[in-house]
Amino acid sequence: MIPKKLDFENLKIESPDSLPKMERRKFLKMGFAVTGLLAGGKILSLLSIADESFASSKEQYPYKPHYSMLIYQNRCIDCELCMEACVKTNNVPSYGYRTTILKRKVPKAVEQQVEFIPILCNQCNRPPCVTGCPTKATYKDKQNGIVMMNYKKCIGCKTCMTACPYNARYYNEEIHSVDKCDFCFASRLSKGIATTACAEACPAKVRIFGDLADSGSEVYRMVHQVEKTVWVIRPESGAAPNIFYTRG
Amino acid sequence: MAEHATKTQEVAEIAIPTKWDIVISRFTGLSKSFYLILGLFALMAVAGIVAGLHAMYIGFNHAYNVTREVPWGILISTYVFFVVTSTGLCLVSSIGHVFGVKDFMPIAKRSVFLSIVTIIAGFTVIFFEIENPFRMAIYNVISPNLTSNIWWMGTLYGAYLFFMILEFIFLQLDKHKIATYAGFMGVVSGIAAHSNLGAVFGMLHGREFWYGPYMPIYFIASAMMSGCATILFFTYLAHRVNSEGIDKLVARALEVTTKVGILAICIIMFFTAWKIITGFVGAEGKREALMVLLTGKYAFNFWLLEVGAGMVIPLIMYILSKGRNMKMIFAGSALMIFGIFFMRYDLVVVGQIVPAYYELGVSEYELLLSYFPSIHEILVVLGGIGIVGTTFLLGEKIFNAHRVEEHEHEAVASHLEALETAKTEASR
Repeated sequence: MIPKKLDFENLKIESPDSLPKMERRKFLKMGFAVTGLLAGGKILSLLSIADESFASSKEQYPYKPHYSMLIYQNRCIDCELCMEACVKTNNVPSYGYRTTILKRKVPKAVEQQVEFIPILCNQCNRPPCVTGCPTKATYKDKQNGIVMMNYKKCIGCKTCMTACPYNARYYNEEIHSVDKCDFCFASRLSKGIATTACAEACPAKVRIFGDLADSGSEVYRMVHQVEKTVWVIRPESGAAPNIFYTRG
Repeated sequence: MAEHATKTQEVAEIAIPTKWDIVISRFTGLSKSFYLILGLFALMAVAGIVAGLHAMYIGFNHAYNVTREVPWGILISTYVFFVVTSTGLCLVSSIGHVFGVKDFMPIAKRSVFLSIVTIIAGFTVIFFEIENPFRMAIYNVISPNLTSNIWWMGTLYGAYLFFMILEFIFLQLDKHKIATYAGFMGVVSGIAAHSNLGAVFGMLHGREFWYGPYMPIYFIASAMMSGCATILFFTYLAHRVNSEGIDKLVARALEVTTKVGILAICIIMFFTAWKIITGFVGAEGKREALMVLLTGKYAFNFWLLEVGAGMVIPLIMYILSKGRNMKMIFAGSALMIFGIFFMRYDLVVVGQIVPAYYELGVSEYELLLSYFPSIHEILVVLGGIGIVGTTFLLGEKIFNAHRVEEHEHEAVASHLEALETAKTEASR
């Protein structure tokens, strides 16, 4: 067999200069994503966090309004007025909570050594609780994307509580059903009130409630910018949460 | 005339005792220990049911130690334990009754009976775990969620129970062909239901310890292991209860079941080893949970009960028994059942002890969570065991020791004879 001669004249140049623009962009994007991930795990990437919340590849925000919440983590002072407002508005019993504030101590940090992290149901786009519920007692509202409860259908198997990556659910003995945050839909939004009780009660403007499908909203603007890091909790669960965190 | 008629009636009654008379006669003249053990199991069953009802009355949050963070406790794991056993018994019985391997036939009837008994015990335990069981009956039917593994598991287990009862009834009526069809449907729905039970855990993508395709496969393999141990345990026990020796046919059935048991234990050992090894390169949460199992709070459960009592010692005993030393097989099986109970417990509990916000490093969830069952929960578990014990003993008497029919007996005997002739010819 005679080896084929190399045609040096017509060989394709394989230097980075010859790469098409899209390829280069893709490569850079990948680099950004990797460095973002390596910088501590919690910072997802230097690209917009919006990717994390995409419900499907076809349509970015399928719900109108696509309710979501942005939390300015550093503004929280743990005054618990949000928790109080939630309990009052939604009749939450003393043994349960729909929202709470976690405390993180960083003794080695320079200056401020404690920070507070408000948590609530992440109204996930791929909610494991909804997938697991045997009787559709919990479901994702087709219009606004809120993960709702139909109390009378709840059999109390607690699969949703086990499934939730955010510990956002508890069993309410009084109503004989699992209960959770519904962005105050039953108590406020359905009655025409524009925001949730916790967001309204917060004196430090930690919680910004809004519509992620509305490009004019603060939530949209913050989630779709790249100057400031915006993150979600437990992105690895693949649930595509709708509660975003930032500092500022 | 009338006097004459009564006399004939009397004579007839004396001459042909009814089926009930025969069944009742089997309960008379038994040893004291039989009544004592039966009474003890019945008492356990009643105590469990009373404890469950009491827990319902005062509220599960007061009676049980499950929490918001660890919502599934010993009742879920015991339910898993019973239904895995049931599926396993169904699979073992199907080898003989459905797929026609004659060697397994002598133990098949008892297997079918026990598979019904164990799943009923499982359903009883889960009845006292679910907060609103009555709603389940309604909304499972009118509001089914087809993406939910719990829904599929519940529905398919319902179908499974139906087919197993059907199979058992037709076996009693000696209608083998239709019993085989029912048995086949039982196997299909049982495997489907059981893999869905595995998927209940495997599909929870927020729980690293469980998440993945491993669970459904593991559950099926695990069922075989449970099924073999349970039928070996109860067959030996039944012969003691009925004060009978083990005949050649049953001995052969136990020998081959022991062999299947050895294979099943090896498969589960293999699964367990790889689950641990792969777990160490996974997410942080999974590693933490595994460390608790291997070196932490659950290390005793894991090494002594799961590995020691559940796998290694029974494996050695099964091998040493050569499938013939009945006492050794019985002891190995008893140890194995005991170990498997904790296998299920660890699987359920350890899967939840890493808090959702553990990796966030917050003060509230710095430590791993803990769970220990309450008295109410333990009593309900004992109730489940009581149900199995009581119905097993009653079943032995009511169904006349689950004896094989005459023609079946002949078929199996001639099969064994043929086997032996083939063996001797081969050795020549």
